[in-house]
Amino acid sequence: MKHSTRVVLGMSASVIAAALMLSGCSSSSPTSKTAKGLTKVTLQLQWVPQAQFAGYYAAVANGYYKKEGLDVTIKPAGTDTVPINVVAKGQADYAISWVPKVLGSIAQGVNVTDVAQIYERSGTTQISFKDKGITSPADLAGKKVGSWGYGNQWELFAGMQKAGVNTTSGIKLVQQAFDMKGFLAGDIDAAQAMTYNEYAQVLETVNPKTGKLYQPSDLNVINWNDDGTAMLQDAIWADTNKLKDKTFDATTVKFVKASIEGWVFARDNPAKAAGIVTKAGSTLGTSHQLWMTNEVNKLIWPSTEGIGVIRSSLWDQTVKIAEATKDNTGATIISKAPPASAYSNTYVDEALKELKAEGVDVMGSSWKPITVTLNAGGK
Amino acid sequence: MTRARPIILGAVGVLLIGALWELYKAIAPATGVVIGGVTVLPRSSDLAMPHIATMFLRLGQPVLGDPGSPPLWLAVLQAAGFTLGIAAVSWVIGVVVGMLLAILMQRFRTAESALAPWVILSQTVPIIALAPLVSGFGSQIPGWQDWMSVAVIASYLAFFPVSIGALRGLSSPEVAHVELLHSYAVGWWKTLVRLRLPASVPYLVPALRLAAASAVIGTVVAEVSIGLEGGVGRMMIEFASASSGDPAKPFGPIFGAIAIGLVSAGIVALLGLFLRRYRRSEATS
Repeated sequence: MKHSTRVVLGMSASVIAAALMLSGCSSSSPTSKTAKGLTKVTLQLQWVPQAQFAGYYAAVANGYYKKEGLDVTIKPAGTDTVPINVVAKGQADYAISWVPKVLGSIAQGVNVTDVAQIYERSGTTQISFKDKGITSPADLAGKKVGSWGYGNQWELFAGMQKAGVNTTSGIKLVQQAFDMKGFLAGDIDAAQAMTYNEYAQVLETVNPKTGKLYQPSDLNVINWNDDGTAMLQDAIWADTNKLKDKTFDATTVKFVKASIEGWVFARDNPAKAAGIVTKAGSTLGTSHQLWMTNEVNKLIWPSTEGIGVIRSSLWDQTVKIAEATKDNTGATIISKAPPASAYSNTYVDEALKELKAEGVDVMGSSWKPITVTLNAGGK
Repeated sequence: MTRARPIILGAVGVLLIGALWELYKAIAPATGVVIGGVTVLPRSSDLAMPHIATMFLRLGQPVLGDPGSPPLWLAVLQAAGFTLGIAAVSWVIGVVVGMLLAILMQRFRTAESALAPWVILSQTVPIIALAPLVSGFGSQIPGWQDWMSVAVIASYLAFFPVSIGALRGLSSPEVAHVELLHSYAVGWWKTLVRLRLPASVPYLVPALRLAAASAVIGTVVAEVSIGLEGGVGRMMIEFASASSGDPAKPFGPIFGAIAIGLVSAGIVALLGLFLRRYRRSEATS
């Protein structure tokens, strides 16, 4: 009897403790203003500071946000941060995330809207050494194919399936780490690589055969933009319900406008933009940072319909791939199309109108990339 | 001479590890040893295992390519100091919470029945599941800083050995001693201060050392998890991108983490010296 009393007491104490913990979880985030009358805005990135986010850092450093009446805090992400959840919980006002990843979150009930599609093109490629003879997705059949997983694999699988490669038995799928050692050591024949990061990591490594750095001529690159299986990447996302609020609505136009100004600055001053990112706390090597700025510019400029505009053709392509592509686990990202509220050009159209009136070039039609020389180790 | 012996032996141990590293690198094939498609011994190429001398030389070179940037050792030292500070905060939180839990569990059997399973269960929750919860929770509190989230997450690991060790220690006095105080009509508080706490020291000191190790590991992992800027954890994920082109660079923050571990172990050892008179019965130092 005494023993059972103790057990009952113990259990009830546990239940009370759990209830207390759960009741503590509630969220609210009213828009607040600073002493100077600026509206406080938080932007959640999808990774640590690097030139992938150069435009936002440039907009902070050059006061573009302040000019629009915003006091922007940029939050870097860790390995376990899901940017879209941070926005959904009201802990940030905007997040940068890839569209396919967010489509998965939307399918699970998160209400968010793509308010500006900063990257028009995809930076994901599949690279291999020339001697492997992999020049098209069909050539991946029977090869050791590297994939990061975690929602970064869909373009690769879409490309292989389009080329008729059996992605369960026709390839040897290798889990790829976030460095290129596996590729360089030959564990992976064709590795996933972002044009602005991993591709450069290979080109910063000394080729033991020549004693010099690896050259682009040593590599074959499958670019998913050319293959037609590219999916939309870095976009600015906001909470759909919060956008119904008139004040937040206006803040969003201002935020998108100033962010675009930042990206225009990064386009016209890549070296300065890279310097701003390094100053903001990035420890990437100097030549690597500049390379990243330049490659990211290529994903934005020249812009087809104006930077930030969500092109319906590319959105539909992304959704179609998200519905139809099965990865190695047999799963698709979504089973039905996302709601119409998943993207809106309202804010970016307004922002572009204002910028054009101010004489800002938001198309970059005559923009040409610079030539960046990578040094060993990205230094 | 007897004082110096452990230090000399410790240094010899470190040198031995270095020598083993270089020996393996010299004799093992660069591609490692693969049996039936499974790598049983790691690769020994410069990419996988840079020479120790290379790692130390790298520490003297600037972090970035730009000559204006500080040398790597200085950046690592600053990051290590930052991480050590957070680890110290998390250790203090862990020790306080662990001690309070232990005292509560020792005092009330009901509390022990209710809390002990939770204390054990708490350690089965992985940090990667906990970290976003804590940082999300913290951001609701005005004035909350991200480093505090890291300290809380790390203290979640650090409190465990303390609560378990202290509970054993507080329950360790012989029944005769407890009954003696009881017969003197000594109250619970005084029994705790005069008898139970001193008796718990031999159990507590090793627990404090474990807590220090947990605090350091927890801090580094939580930094990686939530991406807190300034510490060695964040440095590790940032330097990972240089691991093919500049393979010695990622070892910088690893050295930093080792240094933090040594310093924190040293601090706890000092603490143990102050408590020496209570440690007569401690079997293992």
